[in-house]
Amino acid sequence: MDIELLEIREQLARFAPFDGLSDAHLDSVAGRIEVAYFKAGSDILQLGDAIEDLHYIRSGAVEIFWRNGELYNRLSEGDIFGHYSLLRNRKVHLPAKALEDTLIYFIPGDVFRELCDQDEHFADFVEFGRTRLKAAVEEQHKSNDMMITRVRKLVSRRPLMIEESASVQELAQRMNEENVSSALVLTTAEDDPRYQFNDPDGQSWTLKGIVTDQDLRNRVLAEGRSVSTRVGEIVSSRLISVQSDKSVHEAMLSMLRNNVHHLPVLHRRRPMGVLHLSDIIRYETHSSLYLVSNIFHQPDAKGLERLKPDVREAFVRMVEEGANSHMVGSALSTIGRSFTRRLLELAEEELGPPPVPYCFMALGSMARNEQSIVTDQDNALILDDRFDPTLHDDYFATLAKRVSDGLDACGYTYCKGDVMATNRQWRQPLAVWKGYFSDWIDNPNPEHLLHSSIFFDLDSVHGEEAFVEQLQDLVARKAPESPLFLAAMARNALGRTPPLGFFRTFVMEKDGKQNNTINIKRRGTAPMVDLIRAHALACGSRAQNSFERLDDIAKTQLLPAGTGDKIRYAFEFLSMVRIRHQAIDLREDQEPDNNIAPSNVSDSERHHLKDAFQLLSNAQKFLKFRYPMPSRR
Amino acid sequence: MLSLRSLKSSAPNWPDYLARRAGQARDPRVADFFASSQLAPETPISEAPLVAMDMETTGLDERRHAIVSIGLVPFSLGRIRLAERRYWVVRPPRPLLRQSVAFHHITDSEIVDAPDLDEIIDELLAALAGRLVVVHYRHIERPFLDAAMQSRRSESLRFPMIDTMSLEARIHRQSLWARFRRWMGRPPVSIRLHNSRVRYGLPPYQGHHALIDALATAELLQAQIAARHQPGTPIGQLWS
Repeated sequence: MDIELLEIREQLARFAPFDGLSDAHLDSVAGRIEVAYFKAGSDILQLGDAIEDLHYIRSGAVEIFWRNGELYNRLSEGDIFGHYSLLRNRKVHLPAKALEDTLIYFIPGDVFRELCDQDEHFADFVEFGRTRLKAAVEEQHKSNDMMITRVRKLVSRRPLMIEESASVQELAQRMNEENVSSALVLTTAEDDPRYQFNDPDGQSWTLKGIVTDQDLRNRVLAEGRSVSTRVGEIVSSRLISVQSDKSVHEAMLSMLRNNVHHLPVLHRRRPMGVLHLSDIIRYETHSSLYLVSNIFHQPDAKGLERLKPDVREAFVRMVEEGANSHMVGSALSTIGRSFTRRLLELAEEELGPPPVPYCFMALGSMARNEQSIVTDQDNALILDDRFDPTLHDDYFATLAKRVSDGLDACGYTYCKGDVMATNRQWRQPLAVWKGYFSDWIDNPNPEHLLHSSIFFDLDSVHGEEAFVEQLQDLVARKAPESPLFLAAMARNALGRTPPLGFFRTFVMEKDGKQNNTINIKRRGTAPMVDLIRAHALACGSRAQNSFERLDDIAKTQLLPAGTGDKIRYAFEFLSMVRIRHQAIDLREDQEPDNNIAPSNVSDSERHHLKDAFQLLSNAQKFLKFRYPMPSRR
Repeated sequence: MLSLRSLKSSAPNWPDYLARRAGQARDPRVADFFASSQLAPETPISEAPLVAMDMETTGLDERRHAIVSIGLVPFSLGRIRLAERRYWVVRPPRPLLRQSVAFHHITDSEIVDAPDLDEIIDELLAALAGRLVVVHYRHIERPFLDAAMQSRRSESLRFPMIDTMSLEARIHRQSLWARFRRWMGRPPVSIRLHNSRVRYGLPPYQGHHALIDALATAELLQAQIAARHQPGTPIGQLWS
């Protein structure tokens, strides 16, 4: 490599997609660049011009426009443009202008094409839409396999090590001082090369075995040996150990297979700790499965409240282990439902059996199985039609209050819009509910539309499932036949729009305004959910989960071919960004929320977010066109 | 006194000089160089083939110091072509002074195997031929190249150059505004390469590498033309 080009090479290597290039590729790019300066306000690319090079912003800022002059994107140091045109007909279709004095590095077209051919990561980055988001989503899942928890993560302290010549009394004293239940026994004899290691002083040792509390009881006290017995005499000749990079799962199997509770953990041949069965159990306690069974064993609401930190821990662990948004969303929803059901069981134990059958239903994200760690409660009660308010409502009002207060204490805050079973309006017999739903579909005024967007994600949590199913059937039957309702729901889904993307440390809006943070739920996942719901209602889908709704939509002709997949990848990507940022907040002991600061968004994450926002924006435009307002007769 | 000043600030009659040298030069390669370097002064800068040049030397005095490296980057107003870059390290005839290592960052060991300037001079002339040379502060490149040529080929080597430092000086030293600033007692604006670049929003480069400085000079000229001149400005108004 020409040393003089090092500076250019290092500059390129700081930014995606060049950061992933091999040194040889970087060298060939750096040696072939061309440079030009553009004064602020001057044109860099004009519509219809031939384009021969990939454009890389060395310094300054550039604005890219749509054909109609609307702003498409604002770019800064390290960003690239021109690649879409290069990959297509090599005619500029998105003109570019220097916003500030700008220095551009041109990467010749043949170098660009060579990189696309030879570097998969580079090609994924520059190709538009589905391929790229798909690649990003798959990348997230690839890391899944690598993130198996290793044994070393569970080892919290150095092992107590003792020479075999020490007495068992000395051993017991040391174990007492260090408050441990086992010790590793060392010898200077070189009898097993597999367990030989050097300590920091250069002294060579061989790990001979492990002694535990149990050995002191069974082999010393029970056999009446003296306190001066040498440790070497009671140590078992069979040594079962585990390498520090093995998975927790493997360690657990080894314990079961060999019937031991302590496993020395070795890094190559050097002992680095001892894993005890209880370490594994403690670790497992943070898994969502264990958490759910734990919820159902709580004797009272106070006990449930104490599980709040465990929910957060389970969430963080799932994210760290590479779960996708569907896994995280359904696990959190299952946990939320379990809290609700346990609270209902506890209330029934105290209040007695319900006077008439009921169904407690979840609405919104819990119904969709898409709950996040930042969530409030949306619920309602469907009562049997024999319900008589004067006789029975006290019972159900109390029941609802118990559940609602309990959920609030567990971290599911009260619904600000009062969509809770504690609200008399949402604690009604099935016949009344059917009336509500029909009215909302027949007369889609703004209030009704708001209700539709909340209540038409519904699922039963506890009680008579059939009640909720009847309502789901009603919606699935009636909505597709109501063009006015569909058109109104489609309009309603356009209320929240995505931003354009990011520029330096700001969020870029379509009108060129710059904000400091973005609410990824309000500007990304929620509009996506609304959009998917609108199509799902049109095709009479009975699914509640957005991915399952997309499956149903895919069976129809509602969306152009391929669009469904694009929406799926964009939704998954947006959801994961939200989830990952919440996990980061929790790990840093901050209260998680839905806000993301651009400075915390990585280079390639920005790039993919820009794609996902673009996709959402296009899908919203299509929605309006797909469900037009029927002309009035 | 007055006539001397006006003589100093205006450029010599380069077309006549170049034509005369093309006819007089004894060394055929030098004659070829002059013959092919006759750019009409009316040529718009946007159409002139350019080449940015920078050299590192062991000091500032061409009589006592020598060239150690030369960097060239051919370009036009529209594009700087890094792929066509040329870079040479050369061995000075006199042993390098110890303090000069800090000056140009080229160490003795790099120079031991380097050729004498004489071996690369024809390549250098071929790379410069037909192009208008652009430098930042011509009072290094011009006298050092001339002195090196005199001692090796007994020929003088002088040709027109666009000096980006002079272009900055026109704005920041000789303008009415600059004189007003001086009258107000304000310190003069720095016209060194790095400081000049900052004024046009150009990024910083590590200085003191002939090739990177040549690239930096080419970028600076593009910025100066974009900000202060026109693509149609004749080169005769810019060279000196």
